[in-house]
Amino acid sequence: MRSLYISLVSEFYKSKKTLAFWAAILLPLIICGLITFGFYTSSEKILNFHYPPIVLWAQYSGAALNVMGLLVMPFYVIFMAFSVNNIEHKNDTWKTLFAQPLNKLSIYAAKYLYAVGLIFISLFLFASLTYGFGHLLQVLVPQYNFNQYNPLSILTNAYTKLFLSSLGILSLQFILSLVWADFLKPMGIGFVGTIMGIITANVGWKYAYLIPYCLPTLSLRVTKVKKGVNPMDFPVFTQEIWTSLIYALILFIVGYFIVSRKSIK
Amino acid sequence: MGNYAIETVGLNFNFGNQAIVKDLSLQVPKGSIYGFLGPNGAGKTTTIKILLNLLKSPSDQVFIFGKEINNNRIAILKRVGALVEQPAIYGHLSGKENLINRCILLGIKKSKASEMLALVGLTDAADKKSAKYSLGMKQRLGIALALVSDPELLLLDEPTNGLDPNGIIEVRNLMIELAVKHHKTILVSSHLLAEIERTATHVGIINKGQLLFQGTIDELHQLSKPMLEIEVDDTEKAAALILESGYEITGQTDKKITIPFTSAQESATLNALLVQNGFKVSSLYQQRKDLENLFLDITKTN
Repeated sequence: MRSLYISLVSEFYKSKKTLAFWAAILLPLIICGLITFGFYTSSEKILNFHYPPIVLWAQYSGAALNVMGLLVMPFYVIFMAFSVNNIEHKNDTWKTLFAQPLNKLSIYAAKYLYAVGLIFISLFLFASLTYGFGHLLQVLVPQYNFNQYNPLSILTNAYTKLFLSSLGILSLQFILSLVWADFLKPMGIGFVGTIMGIITANVGWKYAYLIPYCLPTLSLRVTKVKKGVNPMDFPVFTQEIWTSLIYALILFIVGYFIVSRKSIK
Repeated sequence: MGNYAIETVGLNFNFGNQAIVKDLSLQVPKGSIYGFLGPNGAGKTTTIKILLNLLKSPSDQVFIFGKEINNNRIAILKRVGALVEQPAIYGHLSGKENLINRCILLGIKKSKASEMLALVGLTDAADKKSAKYSLGMKQRLGIALALVSDPELLLLDEPTNGLDPNGIIEVRNLMIELAVKHHKTILVSSHLLAEIERTATHVGIINKGQLLFQGTIDELHQLSKPMLEIEVDDTEKAAALILESGYEITGQTDKKITIPFTSAQESATLNALLVQNGFKVSSLYQQRKDLENLFLDITKTN
């Protein structure tokens, strides 16, 4: 446990000056900031629709969620998996990392958990900033009716699903980035996978949920459908989420076997 | 087994079908500076990686401090510091941050980082991004990283690579100090014998994965046969006379003749012979084949 903890601290120490770390903070800040700016500058147009508060929140948070779920999220996860491993490939530091008196599982698990942590932080910020900026908009444009509905449970639910559904992609990409030092292979496979995921999810293929790259899109789609019925009451642990978690678990174990047998040439 | 810091027993290692290390039996005594010599591609770095368990060795072939490496990886690594190939440094961090990161991983006080920087003379560059370091500075940071845990055994893979003459002397003195004052065992690899000659107490010579010589530096010296070099005015005629008199000539230039040295008496007789025949002998001295040539000989015959 101690060696997992110090590996995690070291991961943070190493990456705190890198883009990977700051992307986790800047990405939600920029996307939420832009959407809020849009809602602020075109407030008159939006007010003309006379949305009920729940629909206004749906429009506002959906702007970020749709972009995230469809495109940004898979690529963001691919980038995280890449950068956590790339820091060692780039500096040729795998050899010193594995020559430290730490067990290999801790080193590997710390890297994995750190990537999971960064994605969590990012999505947590998305949810918090959506909530916070929504209320900020209310203050700036008092005609809005953001204050008449509490979106907290929907936001929590949606972002929790997005987070859990992305773990399958993360584990898969983590292995690819662990094995290959270059950027193009994991990125290329991830890109093709994501496109394939979007297409299969959109044509509604029966087995689309078996492709990890589909899962963020699919999980949000279910959210949308159920939202009309009873927004407070949609389940988090749907088929997509379970698939993602199973993928994550299996691929995490596979990754460990790769690491423990990895010879550093 | 108790007296060896490193012992390998008939170690074999392959990359696929290619044998990199063949039947290697290293014996590195505790407290020694062991010069691990061989030309490029001889298997030195591979051996060092095996000693760090970065490459998996067959079981019961590698023992560090008497313990089998595959079964005692963490316990052994706690006592070992290493610099393998190019120093592994996070380029986006400063030298000091690199050391602090290592302190975090080893669970030791961060103040050790500044101490190490001072030891390798990088205090002034402590806060500079290490990607901007010169090769020599990176090498020194690599040595500092290897030393930060105060290990009993140091594995240094070509540590003077890229250093200027001053840097080389500093590293040399540092190694001697660590071995003599702090009783550390150091295995240092190099492809230059001259570099090892001044520091090492023991030498192992490896070529194409095989150990060709292992012993103390004195034993290595004894391997080299002494020669008698004679500087004489007319080497052509003198050589003819020497041959006629039943001596063997091993080398001849227009200034000197080299023959195997047998005894001081024999040298005097030969001198007299030359002088009596009207040759002007300007000098006559015993010469040991230098270790550099010996090293070349040993690795060439393999």
